[in-house]
Amino acid sequence: MSGIEIEGLNVWFGEHEERVDAVIGANLSVPKGGSFGLVGESGSGKSTILRAIMGLAPTWSGKIDILGKPVTRPRGRDFYRAVQMVFQDPYASLHPRHSVDQVLSETLSLHGFKGIDKRIEKLLNDVGLGPSFRFRYPHQLSGGQRQRVAIARALAPEPEILLLDEPTSALDVSVQAEILNLLTDLRAEHKLTYLMVSHDLAVVGHICQDIAVMQLGEIVETLGVEDMRDMRTKHPYTKHLLESSLGAAS
Amino acid sequence: MSMPETAKTSLRAWLLTNTPTSRRHARAAAIYQGWLSFRGNHMAMLGLGILVLLVLIAAFASVVAPADPFAQDLALRLTPPIWQERDPAIEGYILGSDSLGRDILSRLLYGSRITLYIVTLVALLAPIVGLFVGTVAGYVGGWVDVVLMRITDIFLAFPRLILALAFVATLGAGIENAVLAISLTAWPPYARIARAETLTIRNSDYIHAVKLQGAGALRIITKHIWPLCISSLVVRVTLDMAGIILAAAGLGFLGLGAQPPSPEWGAMISEGRKFILDHWWVATMPGLAIFTVSLAFNLLGDGLRDVLDPKDGSQ
Amino acid sequence: MSKLLEVENLWVKFPTRSGVFDAVRGVSFTLGQERLGIVGESGSGKSMTGRAILRLIRPPGIVTADKMELEGKELLTCSEKEMRAVRGQKISMIMQDPKFSLNPVMRVGAQIMEAYRLHYKVSKSEAKRKTIAMLEAVAIRDPERVYRMYPHEVSGGMGQRIMIAMMLIPDPQIMIADEPTSALDVSVQMQVLEIMDKLVKDRGMGLIFISHDLNLVSSFCDRVLIMYSGRVVETLPADKLHEAKHPYTKGLLNSLPRLDEPKDRLEVLERDPAWAAEESVRG
Repeated sequence: MSGIEIEGLNVWFGEHEERVDAVIGANLSVPKGGSFGLVGESGSGKSTILRAIMGLAPTWSGKIDILGKPVTRPRGRDFYRAVQMVFQDPYASLHPRHSVDQVLSETLSLHGFKGIDKRIEKLLNDVGLGPSFRFRYPHQLSGGQRQRVAIARALAPEPEILLLDEPTSALDVSVQAEILNLLTDLRAEHKLTYLMVSHDLAVVGHICQDIAVMQLGEIVETLGVEDMRDMRTKHPYTKHLLESSLGAAS
Repeated sequence: MSMPETAKTSLRAWLLTNTPTSRRHARAAAIYQGWLSFRGNHMAMLGLGILVLLVLIAAFASVVAPADPFAQDLALRLTPPIWQERDPAIEGYILGSDSLGRDILSRLLYGSRITLYIVTLVALLAPIVGLFVGTVAGYVGGWVDVVLMRITDIFLAFPRLILALAFVATLGAGIENAVLAISLTAWPPYARIARAETLTIRNSDYIHAVKLQGAGALRIITKHIWPLCISSLVVRVTLDMAGIILAAAGLGFLGLGAQPPSPEWGAMISEGRKFILDHWWVATMPGLAIFTVSLAFNLLGDGLRDVLDPKDGSQ
Repeated sequence: MSKLLEVENLWVKFPTRSGVFDAVRGVSFTLGQERLGIVGESGSGKSMTGRAILRLIRPPGIVTADKMELEGKELLTCSEKEMRAVRGQKISMIMQDPKFSLNPVMRVGAQIMEAYRLHYKVSKSEAKRKTIAMLEAVAIRDPERVYRMYPHEVSGGMGQRIMIAMMLIPDPQIMIADEPTSALDVSVQMQVLEIMDKLVKDRGMGLIFISHDLNLVSSFCDRVLIMYSGRVVETLPADKLHEAKHPYTKGLLNSLPRLDEPKDRLEVLERDPAWAAEESVRG
């Protein structure tokens, strides 16, 4: 069954002379339960695709189908129960005056869940934080802990698809490993579908099965992770990206 | 009898914790830690002290004041303060007496009630209206923003005293109308601040995140944006207090606010104007009172800003 | 190889409400005409070390060391005036994001010229000539045009190259680079590093490269210091990184995902409190 189907997606900002095309003619397909990566440099449009799916991009055209059904404008409650997003910067994605408990209980009550206390405890356990974190404020949490809270918030409505916008790029290396392992475990446990954006090919190669490479708003190549590892690339830009990132690694 | 040492230190540890165990615990800890940070600022503590004194004086004026603020004694009019040269037979009148022989000190102490009344009313009305208008305009945008901001501009364009005159002409002179006039001209800057903050906050990831949970505009404005705007508003209000007191004093000076024989500080200055060369204390004492209270609010506001709105981003 | 910088038992402390926080604890190392990398995660004290050398840490921060000598001259006892002569001319620093380290309201050329004229008394036209030459040295193709631009008009990679030009124009002996490529795209990173490498080599400078990226540092530097919790836990030559012995270094290396070595789960670093209590290794 299909998870995410995108055809001919164009996203732009501004009109007429001031128009900037962030995404041009993008096509991608993620099967339900699959894990798909979007890589590219800054300005390539990868994060914009995620935002367009979530309904955060004002002007777009093309086809976006979630779980076999086209998305509505504006997105409805059932969309937000099925699709959730984890943002890049853990220091910016939590409200500075709300405790972890407030964040999670608000999310749960917005989606109409009952038994909020039990659910909060379970969510905190699922992301590897204990009950002692429940009443902390963001400034009392480290970057990795904040990102775990953000993941808990995304998991609260029991979604089927998670969009991950550079979830570990603001984190230390050792914390990144923990979060990547957590994401791997959660996907297996909850049978989630992932669409992950990153500029780090090694991270994408670890989590994703298929990868689309973006340059200046266009998807220049889509390949499987094995092909990427063996450098069986078709487009010169993909090769260039691989070489740059392998060149930095000894 | 003071608490045993171990109980004190464990309470302090409980409040200084970084791992609160309940909502109330987290709240209490946040307030305590904010208080500690405020306490370190000595000037701010001075400001707070003066204001606490003001409140106490206003509450206990009838106990503390040496004389009836309305009692006249024309034989003792324009008596100098106690440290000046004067007839040693005169009792009381520590700060001197005014043109009708009333004790200035007692009038100042009773007048603190009026000052506090004005300040509290304006502080409640103006920022709340401003917060509401500014956040709605900033968040909703579009033509709502345009209309609200133009209304704000209209009120901003009114000179305060002219508006007060207009109110007096239609509604009659008095403290309540003065307060209304001041509030109506004081709210626009708060609306502007709130709107500017809302525009920045609106684009944050945490606002996007809660939108993606299906939250509507009302919830986002009241539960997410207001808590962030309130700190800067509180700071701004305390810093504006000085101006508000002076505005009330100015209206009193013009006879548009408190009416005689009310001991409002601005009206007292107005009465003392005629005697300022030979009997300086009649106008200067209420002036010093206004100065002290304004300074106290300024110091308090500065201290509050360091605690509530620190630029390094930490709470 | 001559010793440019000698640091002995450097401590950086910050008094806080709940006690004194030690950001750097007894770090010692020497720097010659080589590229020294300092690697650590956030909170390891690596950036503080760089700033301490330049005496950029203001009170209430406290900096102490047995020795902090630049070519034999003790930096800790220098007055602020003497330090101003050191900063830029003897030791300069490149920071992470040119968006934040370039003055947004001054043209690029003016900023570089200012950096030069602070240390050398020359005419404006002479300074301009040197600035253009420096911009060419950092591989900017149209230096005259870039000279007149404002920082927001240039890309990230170019901004960082402009920073390098600005920091190298007074001809310092040591450059401290604090995460110079972390804010840049991968393909631009290589370019900026190559330029830094060439200039440092040509001028016989010493380079301290501070980063969280162990692989990047090891491919670029001659020697690497690994910092954890304010101390140096290990030091090795860059090409011998795979022979690291300290469990923290090994843990860092193993927890990185690698394209060429797929794993189901990444190794998670188990932090041993003993690492923070050990003596700092001399670098």
